[in-house]
Amino acid sequence: MTDTALHPSAFVAHDETHHHDADHKPGFFARWFMSTNHKDIGTLYLIFAIVAGIIGGSISGLMRAELAHPGIQYLQGWASLLHGGSASLDESLHLWNVLITAHGLIMVFFMVMPAMIGGFGNWFVPIMIGAPDMAFPRMNNVSFWLLVPAFTLLLASPFFGGAGNGWTLYAPLSTYGEPGPSTDMAILALHLAGASSILGAINFITTIFNMRAPGMTLHKMPLFVWSVLVTAFLLLLALPVLAAAITMLLTDRNFGTTFFDPAGGGDPILYQHLFWFFGHPEVYIMILPGFGIVSQIISTFAKKPVFGYLGMAYAMVAIGVVGFVVWAHHMFVTGLSVNVKMYFTAATMVIAVPTGIKIFSWIATMWGGSLTFKTPMVWAIGFIFMFTVGGVTGVVLANGGIDDYMQDTYYVVAHFHYVLSLGAVFSLFAGFYYWFPKMSGKMYNELLGQLHFWIFFIGVNVMFFPMHFLGLQGMPRRYPDYPDAYAYWNAIATHGYEIMAGSMLIFFVNIIWSLVAGKPAGDSPWGEGATTLEWTLSSPPPYHQFETLPKVD
Amino acid sequence: MRIGFKGSGLKGFAVAAVLALTGLGFGPATTATHAAQPAAPAAASTPAATAPVAAAPASANPELAMDGAPAMTVQPMIGQPTDGLYGLQPQVTENGRRAHHFHNAILVPVIVAICVLVLFLLMWVVFRYRASANPVPSKTSHNTVIEVLWTVLPVVILALIAIPSIGLLAAQYKPAPAGAVTLKAIGNQWYWSYQYPDNGGFEITANMLKEKDQVAAGERYRTAADGPRLLATDARVVLPVGVPIRLITTSMDVIHSWAMPAFWIKLDAVPGRLNETSFTIEKPGLYFGQCSELCGARHGFMPIAVEAVSPAEFAAWVKAKGGTMPTPGQPSNKVIPQPGADAADATATTPEGIVPTGNSALENTTATPPVVTQGATSTAPVGNVGR
Repeated sequence: MTDTALHPSAFVAHDETHHHDADHKPGFFARWFMSTNHKDIGTLYLIFAIVAGIIGGSISGLMRAELAHPGIQYLQGWASLLHGGSASLDESLHLWNVLITAHGLIMVFFMVMPAMIGGFGNWFVPIMIGAPDMAFPRMNNVSFWLLVPAFTLLLASPFFGGAGNGWTLYAPLSTYGEPGPSTDMAILALHLAGASSILGAINFITTIFNMRAPGMTLHKMPLFVWSVLVTAFLLLLALPVLAAAITMLLTDRNFGTTFFDPAGGGDPILYQHLFWFFGHPEVYIMILPGFGIVSQIISTFAKKPVFGYLGMAYAMVAIGVVGFVVWAHHMFVTGLSVNVKMYFTAATMVIAVPTGIKIFSWIATMWGGSLTFKTPMVWAIGFIFMFTVGGVTGVVLANGGIDDYMQDTYYVVAHFHYVLSLGAVFSLFAGFYYWFPKMSGKMYNELLGQLHFWIFFIGVNVMFFPMHFLGLQGMPRRYPDYPDAYAYWNAIATHGYEIMAGSMLIFFVNIIWSLVAGKPAGDSPWGEGATTLEWTLSSPPPYHQFETLPKVD
Repeated sequence: MRIGFKGSGLKGFAVAAVLALTGLGFGPATTATHAAQPAAPAAASTPAATAPVAAAPASANPELAMDGAPAMTVQPMIGQPTDGLYGLQPQVTENGRRAHHFHNAILVPVIVAICVLVLFLLMWVVFRYRASANPVPSKTSHNTVIEVLWTVLPVVILALIAIPSIGLLAAQYKPAPAGAVTLKAIGNQWYWSYQYPDNGGFEITANMLKEKDQVAAGERYRTAADGPRLLATDARVVLPVGVPIRLITTSMDVIHSWAMPAFWIKLDAVPGRLNETSFTIEKPGLYFGQCSELCGARHGFMPIAVEAVSPAEFAAWVKAKGGTMPTPGQPSNKVIPQPGADAADATATTPEGIVPTGNSALENTTATPPVVTQGATSTAPVGNVGR
C-alpha cells in the first residue's frame, strides 16, 4: 500500500531514514492536501468539524444573546456591521433568519455529519474491520475536499444578502420569497455537501462489504461499524432526494419552472414531502453513528461484551428502515388528511421500540459489569439519559393531534436539541475522548475532561430544558423577539449557554495541553475491556496498518 | 401504577420549585402581563382613534367602549402566555381540553415515568457495578426473556398511547356542521387579512400594533387595553362563542401558519391551497396567537388576536362592518374571493396591505393599517396574481 501518486520527489519528505514502509509518510502538502490515507482524511474531517462547530456554536451564542431579554438588542448593530453602514429594521430582522439558517445548516452538514461519519468513521471503520484503508482512497479525499467549497459557499452567502429560509429551505420562501444569490449559494453548498456524503457512503458500504479481515463476519463486526453501515445506506438513499428537491428549488428560482409554485400548477407541500423524505432519515444519519460509539465505550468501560449484540445491530437496521416511512410527522399542520396523520402518528411511535431496545441493552451491558468512569464513559452515560429525555418528548410530538399545539414551538426546539445537541454531541465528545489517545498517541487530561463533562452537562440542560416550558406556553420558533411573558425562561436559557460556552474553553485547553504535553497513551489505555482491533495497534497507529491482514476468531 | 405515583410526586415537586422560582425572581415581569389597566390613558393618547368615534355613534362599533378604547381587555393567564409557567395554556375549545387532558394526564406521566425509570436504572448500575464494588465482570450477554420483555412492553405502552391519540385526530378532523361561521384567514408578508364569506364577505386586515416609541406622532400605538406587546393587533378577529367556527387558511405569498394556542389550533396557510379545520370557542375573551411558519423578515411580527363574544354581539359587529347574518338554513350565496384566481380580489392588488372594505368610515375608527413595505428581503410584492 504505497502511494503511487507520489512520484514527484518534491512531495516526498526525506527527513528521516527509510525505516519501515508502513511509516513512510509523504511531505506536508501531499500528505494533507492530496491524501489517500483514511486516518489523515479522518483527521482532516475532525479538524473541519471542530472549526465548523466553533462557527455554528458562536452563532448560537449570538442568538442566545439576542434572546436573553425581550426586545431587539443587538441585531441592528450586527446587521450594520455586515452591511457596512446602518441597516434597516427589516434588514436586521432578516439577519436573524440568516443566523438561524446558518446555525442549522452548519451544525447538521458541517459539524455533526463530518465528525461522525467523516471523522470517526474514516478513522476507525477500516481499522475495526481489519482493513488497510478505505476501498476508494482517492474518492475519500474527494469527499472531504468537496466539503471545503461547500462550507465556503455557505459562509460567503451572508455577504450577498443572506439566506434566511431556515435550514429546511421551504418553498416558496426559498423560491420567489427570497431573490438574490444567497439562497442559490446555500443550495449549491448543500449540493456539494450532499455529493460529498454520497461518495463517502459508497466508500463505506464497499469497504465494509468487501474489505473485512478473514473471520470478520458481518455478525462479528463491532457495533460502530454496523452503525456506519446503516448510516451509509441511509445517506445513499436519502441524499439523492434532497438533491432532487433543491435542484427543483434552483430551477424554480432561476429558470422559471414552477415545481413548487401553485401559480404554475406546482405545490409548495411537494417540496416539504421531498425535503422530509430526506430530512427524517437525516436525523438518524446524525445519531446512529453516535449509537455505535456509545456501544463501544459502554462495553469497554464495563469490561463486558455488548448485551444483546444482534438485537442492537438489527435495532439500528430497524430504525433505519422505519426512519424512511415517518417523514410526514414534520408536516402535521400543513393540511394532511386525517388518515395520513393517523398513519404517520402510529408509524412514528414504532421507532420508539428499537430505540428502547438500545437504551435498555446499554443499561444491561453495564449490569453486572465492572465499571470505571473515565471521561468517555461519563459522556456515554450522559448520552443515554439525555437521549432518553429527547426521545420521550419525541413520543409526545409523534401524536399528530398534539402537534396542532406544539408544531413550530420551542417544545420542538427543545426536543431536537436534546437528541442532537445533548445526544449526538455527547456521543461525539465521548468518541473524541475515547479515541483521542489512539489518534494522537497522547492521553488527555482526565480532570479537565471530567470538568468539561459536568459543566457542559449542566449548561446544556439549563439552556434547553426551559425551552420545553416556553413551548408549552406556545412560544414559536425562529422569533428574534418575543412577548414579555416568555422572558423568564429565555433569560435562564441564555445563562445555560454561558455555562456551556465556559466548558468548551476547558475542552480546547485540554486538547491543546494534551497534544503538547500529554502523557504517551500506550497501545491500549483502556485495559482489558477494549477488545476491538484499533487497540491492537500502536498509538498513533502506523501510517499504513494491517499490511498482513489480522485473523479474527 | 407505582410508577405513575412516582411521576405525580415529582410533578408536585416541580410545581413547588417553579412557583418558588417565579415568586422569588420575577415579580415585575409577571405582573406586567396582568395587563388589564385603566383604559383612560389609552383614549387620551390615541387621538387618531378617538376623533372619528366622536363623530359616529360610539355604539356603532361594538368592539369599542364609549371612550374608543377596545372594550374587551385581556384576562390574566387566558388566551396568552404567562411568564415563568411550565405547562400548557388553558384551553377554551372542546378538542383543546381533550388534547390538554391527553397531554397532561397520559403523555406527561408516561414520559416522566420512563425518564425516572431510566435514570434510576442508570444510577443503580453506576452504584452497584462500579469497579470497586464489582471487580469481576459477569460474562452475561444474552437473556431472551428480558429482551422480549423490553420489546413487548414498549409496544403495549405505545399502543395505549396511540388509542387516545388516534381518537383525538378523528375528533379534530370532524368538519364544521351546517350553521357554522366561516372565517377565512389569509396570510400575507407580514399581516393577516380575514374574510367572513358567510356574512357578506367583508374583510378586515390585522396588523401588529407597534409600541409608542416606534410610531410617528399621531399614529396609533399599542396600549395595555389592546393586549401584550407583539401580540396586540389593530383589528381583532371577532367570533361568536358557542357557535362552530369553520377556519379556512390560505396565503397570498409564502407559507404562514395561523396558530391559536388557547384553541389548540395551528393550520398552515399555504399559497394555492385552502386548508380547513373547525372549533367552537366556549368562553368569551381575548385570545392571542402568532404566525408559526417562517415567512421572512417580520415572521415574528404578524400576531393573531381573536375576540370571542356572544352571538348577539357578533351579529352587531358584523352589521357594523357592513356584513350580513345568513338566514338559518340558507347556504351563503356569497362568492368567496379566491386569491390568485381573479383580479377582483382586492387584497391581491393592493400590496401595501390596505384593504378597502364596505364601510371605510368605520374601519378608520380602529386604525389605518401601517404601510407595510416589502423591503426586508428586497421581496417584490409576490401575490400569485402578479405572476
